[in-house]
Amino acid sequence: MNPAILEIGPLAIPVWAIVLGVGMISYLNSAAILVYAERRIAAFIQNRVGPNRVGPFGLLQPLADVLKLLLKEDVTPTHGYKKLHAIAPMIPVITALLSVAVIPFGAGLYVTDINAAVLYLLAVASLGVYGVTLAGWASNSKYSLLGGLRAAAQMISYELPMGMAVASVILMTGSLSLVDIAESQSMWWNFFVNPLGAVIFIICAFAESNRTPFDLVEAEQELVGGFHTEYSSMKFGMFFLAEYMHVFIGSILITTFFFGSYHLPFADLYIPADMNIWLKGILDVSVFTLKVCFWCFVFIWVRWTIPRFKYNQVMKLGWARLLPLSIINFMVIATIMYFTN
Amino acid sequence: MIVYLFILLAVLAIGSALAMVINKNVVNSALFLVINMVSLAGIYLLLNAQFLAVIQILVYAGAIMVLFLFVIMLLNVEDEEKLFDKFRVKYFLAFILGAAVVGQIFYSIAGVTDMLPEISSNMAEIGTVEEAGDVLYTKYLLPFEMTAILLTAAVVGALMVAQYKIKKG
Amino acid sequence: MLDSYFPILILAGIAIVLALLLMTLSRILGPYRPNKHKLNPYESGMDPVGEARERYSISFYLVAMEFIVFDLEVVFIYPWAVRYLDLGLGTFISMMVFITILLIGLLYTLKKGTLDWDLKTNKI
Repeated sequence: MNPAILEIGPLAIPVWAIVLGVGMISYLNSAAILVYAERRIAAFIQNRVGPNRVGPFGLLQPLADVLKLLLKEDVTPTHGYKKLHAIAPMIPVITALLSVAVIPFGAGLYVTDINAAVLYLLAVASLGVYGVTLAGWASNSKYSLLGGLRAAAQMISYELPMGMAVASVILMTGSLSLVDIAESQSMWWNFFVNPLGAVIFIICAFAESNRTPFDLVEAEQELVGGFHTEYSSMKFGMFFLAEYMHVFIGSILITTFFFGSYHLPFADLYIPADMNIWLKGILDVSVFTLKVCFWCFVFIWVRWTIPRFKYNQVMKLGWARLLPLSIINFMVIATIMYFTN
Repeated sequence: MIVYLFILLAVLAIGSALAMVINKNVVNSALFLVINMVSLAGIYLLLNAQFLAVIQILVYAGAIMVLFLFVIMLLNVEDEEKLFDKFRVKYFLAFILGAAVVGQIFYSIAGVTDMLPEISSNMAEIGTVEEAGDVLYTKYLLPFEMTAILLTAAVVGALMVAQYKIKKG
Repeated sequence: MLDSYFPILILAGIAIVLALLLMTLSRILGPYRPNKHKLNPYESGMDPVGEARERYSISFYLVAMEFIVFDLEVVFIYPWAVRYLDLGLGTFISMMVFITILLIGLLYTLKKGTLDWDLKTNKI
């Protein structure tokens, strides 16, 4: 874990506990803020007003949504597996929260720096597949089952090019620790040296979040609501929460792996090394937050601009285009790196 | 602390394994196997094998069990029939064989005096990704290359099985 | 080393408790008035026809199978990507061979149309 300890007067608080707490709260809050942002931005794009009744500018809308979800009736369909039906929505929420542990939010601001952090992230993400699959299976509804299967197949397909794109980053960093990856980008962001990997990673992040243009999983016109057709009340709310947390995590990962994490571009040139630690901390966290906000905005922007693919196109893009492309990208970068060092 | 964690994880692993075997619903069985994999990963972690622990979750729980789940759903298996509806000689023989294996296991356990294996002091370094890479790509290079051929064979095999079904059916 | 995994344990604990809390909260606060039609699975307002869990396309199974193979490839690549600069030319070449073999396998399956979900060209 992070060995640093913050001393405020008589109190000595370990930094990892602070980052853990703040990280979890920001994860959960990000969902609420993103729901509001999504509805406002969607309204703007479609030339509507959007939610503006609850509180000033409709800012309390997410709170009202949560209250409404909590007060709704919880329906489990007949002949469905009751226990699985209840467990399934918890899985994506838990796996999403688990990723807080290894992400650096600023220089020295991380919870823990484990040796295989990148693999840990991939492992946690791969466990998230169970949530949608089981939700589809346990519901005893045709729409749910098809949605769940599509979701699982799509998520596992895009995990591979994602993993290869990350591997091409590892080639340049030489470490699987996210702290090292963030630190190594103080001069050159990985996007500048590995743009193809960045593009592949971004597409995969979009596909993993199961949103338009990759929302075959819940394509309303054919599958009603996909794997959460039979979910109501807070069980549905948790899938909703997980979806927006995944958008947030996707933005964080894009930022961390390719867009310099908490560094400004070419930060080594003009950021003094002996900067005040508090000032540096504030600068780092605000740069990181701004980048993440930008990518969240892109997620929403894309969702309301680009129409949905067909399922065969999604699979073709994943297996026949992105996967070979990412493997070749990896080989080219490895060769260049090996023979220039 | 580590001993208690080990006992917790070991009980979880054995319990989930038993639950997997006993459970009649196949999907539930598969999920218990996932829990079993995760608790095994925890045990690897207690042995300071960090890389192995993460790989255990990534490959077994994240990939292979997803395939299991797909196959179960693909076959659409109903709940298992009750096993012992009537007495048969082969069940009796199977029981005796099983009892012999369990006895063997208990006998071996009784011979072990230390409960946990000693963890050598440099184990913390050996379990990292870097060390795994160093050994895997120098000492075990040939098995590593063979893996590539094995995996390709698996791909082709899966393809052939699928096509065979279609041609016959 | 083990203490660097301690926060993850705490995090998992908090996450599980949080998820359970949200579930029970909606159970307590929400009403529960089931009736037969409400509990029926949704099927556009009609009574559901037939079983929901039917057999489906083998393509899903093949995707999962291919996924395992290439997931293993990715897993093998990571330790190499960390150490490849220190391991010499032989290791570099053997890794390139490894990736090439699997790439050929991938191209073969793509050529055979296993992962092709188009209706017209679907050979399986």
